[in-house]
Amino acid sequence: MSSIITKFKDGLKKTRNNFANKIDDLFSRHLKIDEELYEELEEILISSDMGIEATLEIIEMLQNQIKENKIQDVSKVKPLLKEILVKEITYKEKPDQEEKTVILVVGVNGVGKTTTIGKLSKIFKDEGKKVLVAAGDTFRAAAIEQLEKWCQRAQVELVSNKEGSDPSSVIYDGINAAKARNTDILICDTAGRLHNKKNLMKELNKISRVIDKEYPEANKLVYLVIDANTGQNGIVQAEYFKEVTNIDGIVLTKLDGTSKGGIIVPIQRKLDVPVVYVGLGEGIEDLQKFDEEKFVDSILNY
Amino acid sequence: MIFESLSNKLQETLSKLTKKGKLTEKDIDKILREIKLSLLEADVNFKVVKKFVKNIKEKAIGEEILESLTPGQQVIKIVNDEMINLLGEKTEDIKVNSNDITTVMMCGLQGAGKTTTTAKLGKKYKLKNKNPLFVACDVYRPAAVKQLQVLGDKTEIDVFAGEEGENPLNIAKNALKYAKKNGKDFLLFDTAGRLHIDEKMMKELEDIKNIINPDEILLVLDSMTGQEAVNIAQVFDENLEISGIILSKIDGDARGGAALSISSIIGKPIKFVTTGEKLEDIEIFHPDRMASRILGKGDVLSLIEKAQSSFDEKKAKELEKKLMKNQFTFDDFLDQMEQMQNLGPLDQILEMIPGANSKKLKNIKIDEKEIVHVKAIIQSMTKEERVKPDIINGSRRKRIAAGSGTSIQKVNRLLRQYKDMKKMMKNMNKMGNMMSGKKGLKLPF
Repeated sequence: MSSIITKFKDGLKKTRNNFANKIDDLFSRHLKIDEELYEELEEILISSDMGIEATLEIIEMLQNQIKENKIQDVSKVKPLLKEILVKEITYKEKPDQEEKTVILVVGVNGVGKTTTIGKLSKIFKDEGKKVLVAAGDTFRAAAIEQLEKWCQRAQVELVSNKEGSDPSSVIYDGINAAKARNTDILICDTAGRLHNKKNLMKELNKISRVIDKEYPEANKLVYLVIDANTGQNGIVQAEYFKEVTNIDGIVLTKLDGTSKGGIIVPIQRKLDVPVVYVGLGEGIEDLQKFDEEKFVDSILNY
Repeated sequence: MIFESLSNKLQETLSKLTKKGKLTEKDIDKILREIKLSLLEADVNFKVVKKFVKNIKEKAIGEEILESLTPGQQVIKIVNDEMINLLGEKTEDIKVNSNDITTVMMCGLQGAGKTTTTAKLGKKYKLKNKNPLFVACDVYRPAAVKQLQVLGDKTEIDVFAGEEGENPLNIAKNALKYAKKNGKDFLLFDTAGRLHIDEKMMKELEDIKNIINPDEILLVLDSMTGQEAVNIAQVFDENLEISGIILSKIDGDARGGAALSISSIIGKPIKFVTTGEKLEDIEIFHPDRMASRILGKGDVLSLIEKAQSSFDEKKAKELEKKLMKNQFTFDDFLDQMEQMQNLGPLDQILEMIPGANSKKLKNIKIDEKEIVHVKAIIQSMTKEERVKPDIINGSRRKRIAAGSGTSIQKVNRLLRQYKDMKKMMKNMNKMGNMMSGKKGLKLPF
């Protein structure tokens, strides 16, 4: 367990250093709580890709609480900001893999859907679950081969058809195989699609409906994968995806870089769903459960 | 669209302000705040925004927009000019060696679109009579080599891949030898995606660079990237001295403020943008269009140019004559429709029209099926009927409906539309003659 925490912290180290240095530096420079301090906090949040709306609201919450509690000590601002941020991103209930689960993984191109599926398979497999993966990305060149390799690594089975075939039919086959083999968790890959491409989004809606119709007894979860490097377009992505399928959770990938992934804050406000996992590297073990406390701790350098 | 365009926001702010008659410096600050927020929403780096807004303020006050009657337009013009200034004034292609092998090295983060972009560039230069070779230096991502090979098959471009487990440096070295032997003159080296802070992997890129001594090192950057874009580009540039940037996935609706951040901080040109899933979807970067996009003004120029390139000039001239004489037939109608379809999906075209890129557009669905029906109806007409639609009587309508697999109602509707259009053309001709005599009519729709 401790190694997992270390890994999480390692992955976040750069994120943390980058962000926290600014914050520490900031609090040591300011002697009193004034406009300038707020403005700089605003900049820190904005540079994490949190976006203007969420940033302004969070700063406002901070200001209100400072006013209400008559706080004058600069050193108390940081713990308060932490508290607010943690509260913002915490969800009591998270999607759970119950007995029979089907997970549909969606997102725009290049966010890391296939890699995430490889890592997810490994997690479930290690939990002793019987996992099956369906290769629903029949569009991108060699996407099926890429998924095949991940499945070999995770030692789970794959259902696939050839490139260019109808993705819904692959998912259909996957469902039948999952039923026949008494699989615990079926994970469905989909092709990356830009959310403003109507036909591709329609296709996704169809895939989602196929699952509802053919596998109603299973607990269906849709995970939206968001790249931590994503800017404000992430909000639009989330909205459009929600229009064609329900979203149950977010997977935030590539958090091992310097990007802070602040985009999840406004996305959560729009979708009202929790971040379930974070991706922290290219290894098969590099997917961790999202831990709000640690996430904010790391960001604020506690 | 979730993002309101800057022009909309400015108009709103200004309409509140202008009631006061004259703008003060304080009013300008209010306007500048809107500009600031709008740029941040477009993902322009906040440091760049700060500097940018400061520059605008100096210019705005210097150019006496305070006294101007159209301060909103003035401000937008200044912002636009300044942006184009930063984004680079001219467009830049790849430097091609005419007598020797041209080598292009691709780099970028995971998932930026390097492999797909490599294939697109290969295809583009193959059409320019180059003999390209793809070199598969991504030995890490599962099936990355296979992906390049599939794309090689699709573009009919050879792929040089190493043995299983061979390191990228060797592959690069051998690719150069192979190219010389086989007359390949345009080499594209696809490399593995990597984090800019991964020192070991960045060192590998440097080593590859030293072996191939590339003519171009192109950083592929996802146009949806947020505030970190600057950092990423900066580190790649520090390590490799990149020669340019390719902005990928701009067919999404990200405003692409990253482009502005990068240009302003590292000063390297953006050379190409990739615009779709198809392998020909790569275009030379146009700074002015990007500026419009960041500001949210729509992409008028692109639309005009796209229309012009797809539209057959000669046919257009003929049509113009017919229009003038009001001899527009169903054959021309069919022709027109095919021309329009060549422009691309209709909703994509609509999105480029300024002012159309709003919430309203989302509800307008262009039914491409409808166009297929119309085509079928016209194709079911005889030659005579197409030229002289007046002869189409009841029994002819019935035959056309059956022949096209549609209904009499649909045939009737089309005939009505045709009549309306003809009437409209007549009016337009009158107007055209009144106003300027005979000016070229480029898009009759």
